Parts: sequence; C-alpha cells; structure tokens
Amino acid sequence: MREQIRPALTMLVILTVLTGLVYPLAVTGLAQMFFPDQANGSLIVHNGHVIGSKLIGQFFDRPEYFWGRPSATAPFPYNAAASGGSNLGPTNPVLVEVAKARVTALKAADPGNQTPIPVDLVTASGSGLDPHISPAAAEYQVKRVSRARRLDESAVRTLVTQHTEERQFGFLGERRVNVLELNLALEGADSGARLPGSHDEWAATSNDRPSR
Amino acid sequence: MTLNSFGQIGLFIAVLLALVKPLGWYIARVYEGQAFWPDKVLGPLERLIYRCCGVRQHDEMAWKTYAAAMLVFNAAGLVVLYALQRLQGFLPLNPEGLGIVSADLAFNTAASFTTNTNWQAYGGESTLSYLTQMLGLTVQNFVSAATGMAILIALIRGLARRSATTIGNFWTDLVRGTLYVLLPLSLFWALLLVPQGVVQTFHSYRTATLLQPIGYAKPVTDVTGQPVLDDRGRPRTEPATATEQLLAVGPAASQIAIKQLGTNGGGFFNVNSAHPFENATPWSNFIEVLGILLIPAALCYTFGAMVGDTRQGWSVLAAMTILLICFVPFGLWAEQSGNPSFVALEIDQQPREGQAGGNMEGKETRFGIANSVLWSAVTTAASNGSVNSMHDSYAPLGGLVPLFLMQLGEVVFGGVGSGLYGMIVFAIVAVFVAGLMVGRTPEYLGKKIEPYEMKMVSLLILIMPLVVLGLTAIAVVTESGTSSILNPGAHGFSEILYAYTSQGNNNGSAFAGLNVNTPFYSLTGGIAMLISRFWLAIPTLALAGSLARKKFVPAGPGTLPTHTPLFVALLVGVILLVGGLTFLPALALGPIVEHFLM
Repeated sequence: MREQIRPALTMLVILTVLTGLVYPLAVTGLAQMFFPDQANGSLIVHNGHVIGSKLIGQFFDRPEYFWGRPSATAPFPYNAAASGGSNLGPTNPVLVEVAKARVTALKAADPGNQTPIPVDLVTASGSGLDPHISPAAAEYQVKRVSRARRLDESAVRTLVTQHTEERQFGFLGERRVNVLELNLALEGADSGARLPGSHDEWAATSNDRPSR
Repeated sequence: MTLNSFGQIGLFIAVLLALVKPLGWYIARVYEGQAFWPDKVLGPLERLIYRCCGVRQHDEMAWKTYAAAMLVFNAAGLVVLYALQRLQGFLPLNPEGLGIVSADLAFNTAASFTTNTNWQAYGGESTLSYLTQMLGLTVQNFVSAATGMAILIALIRGLARRSATTIGNFWTDLVRGTLYVLLPLSLFWALLLVPQGVVQTFHSYRTATLLQPIGYAKPVTDVTGQPVLDDRGRPRTEPATATEQLLAVGPAASQIAIKQLGTNGGGFFNVNSAHPFENATPWSNFIEVLGILLIPAALCYTFGAMVGDTRQGWSVLAAMTILLICFVPFGLWAEQSGNPSFVALEIDQQPREGQAGGNMEGKETRFGIANSVLWSAVTTAASNGSVNSMHDSYAPLGGLVPLFLMQLGEVVFGGVGSGLYGMIVFAIVAVFVAGLMVGRTPEYLGKKIEPYEMKMVSLLILIMPLVVLGLTAIAVVTESGTSSILNPGAHGFSEILYAYTSQGNNNGSAFAGLNVNTPFYSLTGGIAMLISRFWLAIPTLALAGSLARKKFVPAGPGTLPTHTPLFVALLVGVILLVGGLTFLPALALGPIVEHFLM
C-alpha cells in the first residue's frame, strides 16, 4: 500500500488543478465572453440600479400587484441568499393552516371573487424564489389588480398575455407568467412613480405599455 | 396525468436510449486504451500526468493493489476536503467572508463527496466559499465518479479476461475516465446550461432594490450572534423592513454539469436544482435530468462491448429501463391527484391548460408535476440525489417512489460505474437462482460462479440493508434522532428512513425537513456513506480478481443465456424480490400507513 502513496498525492494535486481550477475558469471565461447576461444572473437593470433578476421572484402582497408563489425562506420571503422550501409533509396540519391563511389573505384582498383558487397560489415553491405563477393564478388576480389600479381589465389581461411564457419549444415544462416582470410592466403602465430613478424614462423604454 | 406529461417523459427516454450506443462505444475505447483520435489532443497531457506521478501506464495491477491504490487516493481526497472546509475562513476566493465549517459537518460533507453520495447537510450559499466549492466539491465530483467507473471497468475486465492475474491499472483508469469522458462532457454540458440562465461568475452576491419592501419579524441576536429567547423560550423577534434582495450567485454551471453527469447531486445552492439560478428553464431541466442517466446508461453498452457481446449490455439496460418506466407513472398519479385536505378550502388542483394542478407544495411552476416527478424518479434510480422539487412535501405514495428506488440498491442505472457493478452482482444472483432451479453450477458470461463469488455477492447485498435499517432503528429510539424531525407522525419516520436509505446507498437526496446538521446525523450519516461505498467497492474488486483468474467455460445446453427477455424478467424479479423483502416492513410503517391516514 505504501508505494501507492506518492502517486495518490501527486495525482490528487494534478487532478485538483485540472478539474478544480482549469475547468471552472475555462467555463467562466467562455460564459462571460459569450453569455455575460445569463452568466451574471439575468439581472434587470434600470437607470444603473439592479432592481431584480428575471429568474428570481420577489414578494408582493399589495392588492395592486400580482402575487407570486408563497415562499418559505427565512427570515423573510424570497430571501435569495438562503433558498429553501417549506418541506411540510402532505399530512402535516401546519400545511393546511398555512394554506388556509393564504386563502383568507387572497379573499380579503379580493372580496367577492368566488372562483376556486389555483393551487400554486397557496403552496410554497421548492426554492422559495420561484419567479413564476401559472396563467390560471394570474387570471385569478386580474380583476383585483385592475380594480386597485383603476385600469381596464382587458389592458391588464393584455399585459398578462405578454408576460406569459409558453412551453419551451412548444412542448417542455409548463406555461407560466413571470410575476416581477409583469408587475414592473404594470408600474410602467400606471402613473405611480415607485421605481428607483426617474419614472418617465422607465415608461419611455418600456415596450409593454398598453394604451390607456 | 395529461398527454403532455407522458410526451415529455417519453421524449426523455427516447433521447437517452439514442445516446447509449455512441457514448458507450466511446467509453469502451477510452478504457481499452487503444489509440484513437482524442489521443492526439489529450495524449500529451495524459502522459505528462503519468510522468509527474511516477506511474507506468502499462503496468497492470492485481486486485489487491488496485483496491489499495483506490483506497489511498480516496483517503487523501477525504482529508483534503475536510481541511479545506476547516480552513476556508483563512483562504482566498471567499467574497462573502463565510466562516469555518464545524468539525462534524465538515466530516459529513467530506465523506459525502468522496463517496459520490453528495448528501447536503450544508446550505451551499450560506456555508461554503467559492474556493471550497471549486477545489473541494467540484474536484471530488469528478474523481469520485471516475473512481466508480474504474471499479466497474475492473469488474468488466474480470469477466472478460481468462486465467489472468491482473485487472488493469487504477491510475490510468482514473486519469482516462476524468480526462477523456468526464471533463469534455462537463464542459459541453456547462456551456449548454449557461445560456439558459444558470450563473457562472466570480462576482460577489448582487444587491437588488425590491419593488415592494417587505415587512417581517426579524430574529433578535446578541453580540455573539446567538438568538435571544423570550420568557417562553421562543426566539425573540422585532419588526423590520427589507428593501433589498441579496442575490446569491457564483461559479455554479461548471459544478452543476459534473454534479449531474457524475451522479453526484450536491448542489451549488441550498435547494439544489429547484433554484432558478441552478436550473433556470424547462430546457435546462431536460439537459440536467438527461445528464443524470447518460453515463450510467451508456456504460451498459461499454460493458457489452468489452465482454465481446453487446447483447449482454442491452439486456442489463432493458432491465434498468423497465424498472424505471414502472415507477414513473405511479409517482405521476400520486402527485397529480393533489392533496385531499385542500378540497375543503376550495382550492383548484385540477390539471388543465392554465395550470399544472396537483400537489404543488415544494414544486416550481416552470417544472409542474411531470418534470418534478420524472426528476425524483431518475435522481433516485441513479444514485444522483439532486432535486428539482422538495421530496419531503410529496404525497405519501409519491415519496415512496424515490425511497423504494434507492432501496433497490441503486442498481436501476445507479451511480456512474457503481450502478452497473451493483447490477452485475444482481445478474450473478439471478443466474445463481436459475442454477438452483435446475441443479446445475451457475455460470455468467462463461465464468463459473462458485462459493467464493457467492460469498462476495452476499456481502454486497447484505451490507446496505444492515446499515440503513440499523441506523434508522437507532435514530428512532434516541432523542438525538427524533428531535430533528419536522413533520409529525408516520411522515417523521419516513424522513429518518429516507435519510439513511439515501446515505446508505450513496444517493444523497433528502426529505429535507429533517434537520441533519447535527452532530448525531452528521457522524452516523458520514459513517453510513463510507461503509456503503468502500465496503462494497472492496468485495467488488475481490470478485473481479477471482473472476479474472477463472478459465472460460463454453456455453453448453444447460447454460442459461443471459441476453434473452426471459433473463431480463428474471433479473427484474430478483431485484424487486430482494428489495421488497428487505424493506417492505419499514415502508409499511412510513409512507404506506401515511397514505391510509391521508
């Protein structure tokens, strides 16, 4: 066994350099050269400020915004520095309590909406950072958002359609709506200046602005 | 269970099977060591490595030398990975200033990665520095996979050679597997993932201004960072507002590529491939899930090619594929049915065009039910263990699928190399059972199976259940075991059984509600992983050595052909029987009783 020690140690050093340094550096170099946007986190930049990532959801609970999936990250929802799911089992009473509280919150924000609530709006995502909701979950919220913003339902629905991603290649995955991008487009369509930096510039650069 | 679900799963199986022959043929060439075109590019580098290490490329090893080299190399890797974690606070490439990893957690993670398990007791973005992830985890992702392949190739040589004393050279097998197979494939895979949005950067975490600030209850900590408790012993909180989001990024794509291809499974981020930066789109999901089974499936063809009868490889692959295909629709049905306790809340769980429906707790919208269930079955059929949804939140029978697939001994595709050598062991059991039926000495691929082989095979089959069930039993009767449980009742038992099944089979997936970052779970889990990797590798190499020494027996009229549908059925039956007899009682206490309570 002793004669194997020298090859073992030198081999470990060489393979460490090769697979632990050369390989990740090569991938980083190529990624930064050819796909810098994606490699750096698909950031949404507005007036030099990073205001989010296309791939990471944010928390919304005001009636004028579309709400995303419930998030189980700590200490606050959608904490992108500590991803996590709820891990609640299907028969855990806490799971039902959490879902019940979410149903109550959705109904309180939108009294009179009697349609059944799509399941993705009451269940926590796996990552706690899911940027998407199902088209059904968006449709459920259209009336509430348009009422809160005093916008035409059809205008809001048009925005939802514009931010609905189809199945990839028409086949893979599920249809989905990007919540943060949809809400940013709503801000662009609305007159409220909630975005950092000058609002007019945002509105001017937004392609998604519907006619009012 | 929509048409599209079956379409996506069917496409996956079809693409996988189409890639088996070309890649399997290529891998066979790599290990046979004959000259072929990639030598022109990588040959000089390969020979340079041998010269630096003082390895003579064409020196063959007997099985004991081969095993010694493998053990010394892996022990060195274990020590280095442990040291890296303990020292990361003083080392560079740590932009977030992450501190020293605790001793028990560092041991668990080191054992986890050197054994190709990649159990995640750590939270990637909050525990490990970029340097530890690269020099520690990524390196072990490569070499533990290359070690698994080397052991398999040694066993195949044992079957293929006649009256030989040696089974190859561990160092050349290790280097060639890494250099010619794993590195080029990973580079290609990583560059497929980045355009989809998988991050690859050395930049520190990014800060984004939130569109809507979040009010939340912030835990109060004292000067040492420990939580302050109130009168009733609960952590005290104060109201706070978050206006910014810290986006964890890093060199993820390079690690994810090898984590999938090497059936490793340890994620860059805490939630693994459920994290949008680790698995951004349905297409990245397809690439990643394909990566899990690619090499284990291709190795079946390599096996057939190296023993000189490709039908032998196809029959083993058929058994694996049949077992996988049986389990996926069952999981799909369980998850698509949704949660019965949501019905009273008027929640819409019906699958239709606008939503995936079903049990969406712990699942991502872009993957829905079909891609989550497919991944959960594939990742546990192979000993990968990465996740794109939280298995702990699956319906009881949906969670039974990944649990039972692991309990079959990680032979349904299994780990890179280790899956197929486990499968060959089951094939030997199958011919042995058939031999008993007709009262004839069993033989496999022209090698007589005698008492020594059967002893090694029995060891291989018995060690795993002993470790899994033994440790589960200890955990459920001790306070340190049960205090980590998140979900009450039968589900809590499932969490513990899942944890030891996963580590005892070098899988690494988890029912993540169980808090395993405790000294008890770190230590027992670490030991389970080491036992089931190396106490299985050594009998496998002993088997290889003993088979290599044997003469070739030409097939006679009483020989059971091992390339026929009959043999495939026998093999599937033996695997289900052994796994079922061993684990059904435990499963009855966990997921099955929970299903009837739901």
